[in-house]
Amino acid sequence: MSIVQILFWVLAAMALFSALMVITSKNPVYSVLWLIVTFFAISGHYILLNAQFLAVVNIIVYAGAIMVLFLFVIMLMNARQEGAGGSKRWITLAGTVSGGIFLLVLVAALKDSELKTRTAMVMDGQVGLIKVLGNELFTRYVVPFEISSILFLSAMVGAVVIGKKE
Amino acid sequence: MPINYYLFLSLALFTIGMVGVLTRRNAIIIFMCIELMLNAVNLLLVAFSKMHYQAALEAGQLATQAGVEGQLFVFFIMVVAAAEVSVGLAIIVMMYRNVHSVDINFLNRLKH
Repeated sequence: MSIVQILFWVLAAMALFSALMVITSKNPVYSVLWLIVTFFAISGHYILLNAQFLAVVNIIVYAGAIMVLFLFVIMLMNARQEGAGGSKRWITLAGTVSGGIFLLVLVAALKDSELKTRTAMVMDGQVGLIKVLGNELFTRYVVPFEISSILFLSAMVGAVVIGKKE
Repeated sequence: MPINYYLFLSLALFTIGMVGVLTRRNAIIIFMCIELMLNAVNLLLVAFSKMHYQAALEAGQLATQAGVEGQLFVFFIMVVAAAEVSVGLAIIVMMYRNVHSVDINFLNRLKH
């Protein structure tokens, strides 16, 4: 096994395990911390795919800003327990079974598709570098980029208006 | 790296997020599972972007821009997710202020 494969499997196992811990932890604070681990594993995958810009943005935006927001909300409302002993057992069972069926159908549909022989370039390639993406972002995609700033402004105003005490 | 590995990894992450949404009752954890599903899709978009880039390189196009759209899509998805989280958490805080709980079963008053 090459070093790339070892890194891939380690990161994949880390992502899947921490994602499972997110949905099984009783305490929401632990869920947030495991979700941060998941995001770091996904950032590791981005680095492996040489998508450096997205790896950095993923850590800054997701593991930094969004998760701090989650932690603050959880600490503000002291939402420690999930009232009356968690979900009902049959709801857990039904959700897990339907998720498993979903996974089964998609894997069965995709495992023999045309993609079977295609590969993704790892550890190489210019396409994920900040220079290339920045060039595209400020030439062909400059209008969506500016529209997203308006989206942020409206989200900020909306959050303040909703969160304000009457 | 075969693209199938990334495909199935993303599918597994997406399914875990989906099971979380279906089984948990805490609104904040449901929200985190939605973030997990978004990230699974992002990972798959980046993998497909590198797949197209490699295909363009093998077709002999040096200095190609193939696959750059996929990564820009991921960037815009992150932008939208950040906006979504700020508004969604504000809604959850307001819900907590009204019913003193984040259990989604208390939201069934929307039914009647």
